[in-house]
Amino acid sequence: MRNRNLWYWLFLAPALLALAVVVILPLAFGVYYSFTDWNGIKTPSFVGLEHYKALFAEEEFREALWFTTKFTVVSVFLINFFGISLALLVTQKFKTNNILRTIFFMPNLIGGLILGFIWQFIFTKVFASVGELIGVEALEGWLSTETTGFWAMAILMSWQMAGYIMVIYISFLEGVPQELLEAAEIDGANSFQRFYHVTFPLVMPAFTVSLFLTLSNSFKLYDQNLSLTGGGPYNSTQMVAMEIFKTAFVENAMAFAQAKAVIFFLIVAAISLTQVYINKKREVEM
Amino acid sequence: MKKKKQSRIILEILGIILALIWLSPFYLMIVNSFKTKREMFEDTLKLPDVFSFENYTVAFERLDFIKTFFNSVLITVLAVAVIIIFSSMAAYALSRRGGKTSGIIFMLFVAAMLIPFQSVMIPLVSIFGKLEMLNRGGLIFMYLGFGASLSIFLYHGTLSGIPKSLDEAATIDGANRFQIFWHIIFPMLKPVSVTVAILNIIWIWNDYLLPSLVINQQGMETIPLKMFFFFGEYTKQWHLALAGLTIAIIPVIIIYFFLQKQIIKGVSEGSVK
Repeated sequence: MRNRNLWYWLFLAPALLALAVVVILPLAFGVYYSFTDWNGIKTPSFVGLEHYKALFAEEEFREALWFTTKFTVVSVFLINFFGISLALLVTQKFKTNNILRTIFFMPNLIGGLILGFIWQFIFTKVFASVGELIGVEALEGWLSTETTGFWAMAILMSWQMAGYIMVIYISFLEGVPQELLEAAEIDGANSFQRFYHVTFPLVMPAFTVSLFLTLSNSFKLYDQNLSLTGGGPYNSTQMVAMEIFKTAFVENAMAFAQAKAVIFFLIVAAISLTQVYINKKREVEM
Repeated sequence: MKKKKQSRIILEILGIILALIWLSPFYLMIVNSFKTKREMFEDTLKLPDVFSFENYTVAFERLDFIKTFFNSVLITVLAVAVIIIFSSMAAYALSRRGGKTSGIIFMLFVAAMLIPFQSVMIPLVSIFGKLEMLNRGGLIFMYLGFGASLSIFLYHGTLSGIPKSLDEAATIDGANRFQIFWHIIFPMLKPVSVTVAILNIIWIWNDYLLPSLVINQQGMETIPLKMFFFFGEYTKQWHLALAGLTIAIIPVIIIYFFLQKQIIKGVSEGSVK
């Protein structure tokens, strides 16, 4: 009997150990540190809810949270809109189908940091050139205001992630049985009705997946934020992930940053779970 | 029918226009990477007068590209190998023994996917710093910890579809668990392994934040990390920066060009499951 269990634990050990040391333990320590005055070096002593009270009073954190929320709402909408549209487009019987898919997906293979740098060039230099060419001054200094910085990030994220969402939708669209659509056509359904009553309910699971991905990716955004705007001007485009990083490693307020990180975790978990729960209820079984 | 064909052509043209828009950032990056500083200052839209590779030679050297590229390859290959080996083994154990313990452990792995990196990063770096486990070894171990969840999830799904009678038959033939797994089960998991590999390679290759916290030894920088330093140094010199960015992207594009079908398939399978 003992021998039968031995292999089980041997097979599990490396992955489980890594999960414990890399994720579970730091999370537990993190929650504990958030109630102390830990600074990374000295032995922590308990301070209770002090950090949690302070963090909601701190303007910088509140602003980052608000900016992140606004950004997430807009980018989730845009990414899914473009993603679904592209998917519907490239599932038509085009000759260029495969090339189009390849192109739309391409940005996802390149890291967020590098994409942010490329778009920094587009927004600052190319936009300025175009503005000069067509005489629109508003195109200059695109990354120097909060509003345009916000839209710069939304554009970058839509461009990057729409292709990913497209791929998810394609696999569901291709799974819609052709007979079902033909039957509906014979029954006199027009193309809109066929989409709304046949295709749409069957691709609902794709919506669950892509909403989950876009929500959490937008909310947790860091690399693109760092390389595109750097949080500027005056921290006005700074998102939560970046704010936490700065509090920890620039201002060296480790325990305070960790309290923010705990709140961040709770928000991300709450959003993801609620969203999956709601969507699962609305899916139809084939 | 004719009308249908016409609207299809219009849609296809729309698709091609969109694809050109999608490519335009890359086009602008490449075109401008050949310009001199003055040329770029004048206009970013026109083509360069001469296609000079000078920016590229400078950027290639400053990025120490061969070394940086090798660092990225080394870390990605080792981390992905470790993830594939240990995740498939763990998933096999969980799916074959079943029971309450396995259920709880499996849920633990899945639940870990909800935890954002930022909420563990500060203690993580502190713990690994104290254990003196930073740099390459620590980084690869961390990638196993962060990558195991999704990988085990994917392997687990496929393993449930492989009949247990296969294991039993092999046991009767005298094979032990390791032999069963490596000789019979693991080869059958090849399609999932490809998906797991693709998803993890994309993520690890492009990761910036974790290496930026963990790699503190000069000469060990990965491409994103080196790119960040390079960029900081040449903020106002876009001609060099763009050449550097192009160099960093070229390997990815080449690989994508050869493996596009597998990559897109892997990504769609990974996200749909």
